[in-house]
Amino acid sequence: MATKVIMTESEIRRALARIAHEVLEKNQGVDDLVLVGLQTRGVPLAARLQAILQDLEKKEVPIGALDVTFYRDDLAIRTVQPVARHTDIPVDVTDKNIVLVDDVLYTGRTIRSALSAVMDFGRPRRIQLAVLVDRGHRELPIQADYVGKDLPTASDEEVVVCLEEIDGRDEVLITRD
Amino acid sequence: MTNGELAADSRPVAAESGPQASPASAASPVRSAAAGRPAPVARARLTRKDLLDLDDVSAEEIGLILQTTDSMKEILSRPIKRVPPLRGKTLVNLFYENSTRTRVSFELAAKNLSADVVNVTASASSVSKGESLVDTIRTLQALGGDAIVIRHSQSGAPYLVAKHLDGSVINAGDGWHAHPTQALLDLYTIRERLGRIAGLNITIVGDILHSRVARSNIWGMWRMGAHVTLCGPATLLPIVGEANPETGLPPVRIEHRIDQALEGADVVMALRIQRERMQAGLLPSLREYVNLYQLTTERVGKAAPGCLVMHPGPMNEGVEIAPDVAYGPQSVIEDQVSNGVAVRMALLYLLLGGRGSEI
Repeated sequence: MATKVIMTESEIRRALARIAHEVLEKNQGVDDLVLVGLQTRGVPLAARLQAILQDLEKKEVPIGALDVTFYRDDLAIRTVQPVARHTDIPVDVTDKNIVLVDDVLYTGRTIRSALSAVMDFGRPRRIQLAVLVDRGHRELPIQADYVGKDLPTASDEEVVVCLEEIDGRDEVLITRD
Repeated sequence: MTNGELAADSRPVAAESGPQASPASAASPVRSAAAGRPAPVARARLTRKDLLDLDDVSAEEIGLILQTTDSMKEILSRPIKRVPPLRGKTLVNLFYENSTRTRVSFELAAKNLSADVVNVTASASSVSKGESLVDTIRTLQALGGDAIVIRHSQSGAPYLVAKHLDGSVINAGDGWHAHPTQALLDLYTIRERLGRIAGLNITIVGDILHSRVARSNIWGMWRMGAHVTLCGPATLLPIVGEANPETGLPPVRIEHRIDQALEGADVVMALRIQRERMQAGLLPSLREYVNLYQLTTERVGKAAPGCLVMHPGPMNEGVEIAPDVAYGPQSVIEDQVSNGVAVRMALLYLLLGGRGSEI
């Protein structure tokens, strides 16, 4: 199995800082902004973006966690159900600018599920998507607004995102069997 | 005899933690190729087809159901209390006995998960024309039911149904035998209020011999590592432990005196006393039962501070429980009812999702 480091700790930090600036520019500040991290690794990424935005704008952006398990499109074809995690959307999303945050954008199916899930909480003004890595191979017409790193991959490769909060270190790896 | 507590070396240690435990810590850092999706927690799985009792359900499985219930409670707090995981599935509620809370909560649970629900009551169906249980099941299966929730006055009836149905069977109460979803919602209510089940002193008072709720609860509480005490007149208590394998109950403590049974209790659960028991000669009089076993403010005061008061309903206020206890600050009886929907949602999601059972 071949493993290669794609992003180091400092590269992840810079990518998130740039995304934070892009979010500010595109939304003209942080008013009406809500960050929603997708379980599992989108949640700490959203928290990091929130901290950077707080530094830059001196305002606290509301942050939520979203688990899309119940909205997945593969539930009917699985034999064992995936374990649901915590969802917590602390504010009314209606008329807000939502930024969904996830680690890897791949088929787009998770984001499709997340869009359905967010819509069940209200009617946001806009929904944007921020990802640390876009690895291609989309199966749905979905694209990210903010991308940490564009990473062309083969479908037999695996992108592994490790984050300090969950895995004890910051690193993005690509592996091939 | 088995009066008193037997050593239970074989007791499994509950692998359950408080609400919102972090499942991520157990997951491997290597994620699946389907990046962006949450990696499944490998050790927690529910692969069974049916839920017939809690006697064969492990602490890990119960822990998974309770953890999933947390997610369902969050859904119930949303403005739109509906998620799509069971779209296209049909749940049949087959009730041969009267029920309000169980049937309605199964129906709401299924609808909240976007399943279709068909209610069959025995009195208004071909059952009243003499159709056998197995024939009824075959008919319901042929009509496209994916799962059956059954309540029946005969102990063991759901086991027969499970043999003849390809889909899942959930026991919603059979005779004196089992009522596993009630036990699960009781366990959830305890865990929600006290943060854990393992190590708690739980006392069940009343007619335990004829109570399917008590039997399933004894199994579930024992599996999760609680210290269970049963209290009531000798005529209404089962024989527990290895001395009587036929009753199929784990070795829990028996205490006939209520003051001793309540000492140090973190949870006390009262069970309904039915009038038939007096006609059968098991109780001399209702008044004597009230004098000796009713949960009163004074008696509950001898339990541990903050002791939870539970009752699976329906209650006979003034018989097994005094009204000021039933509606007092320590009572979680309403929580039990409202948690019923979330627990049944979790169970339906875990049992019914997927391509169907692998048998």
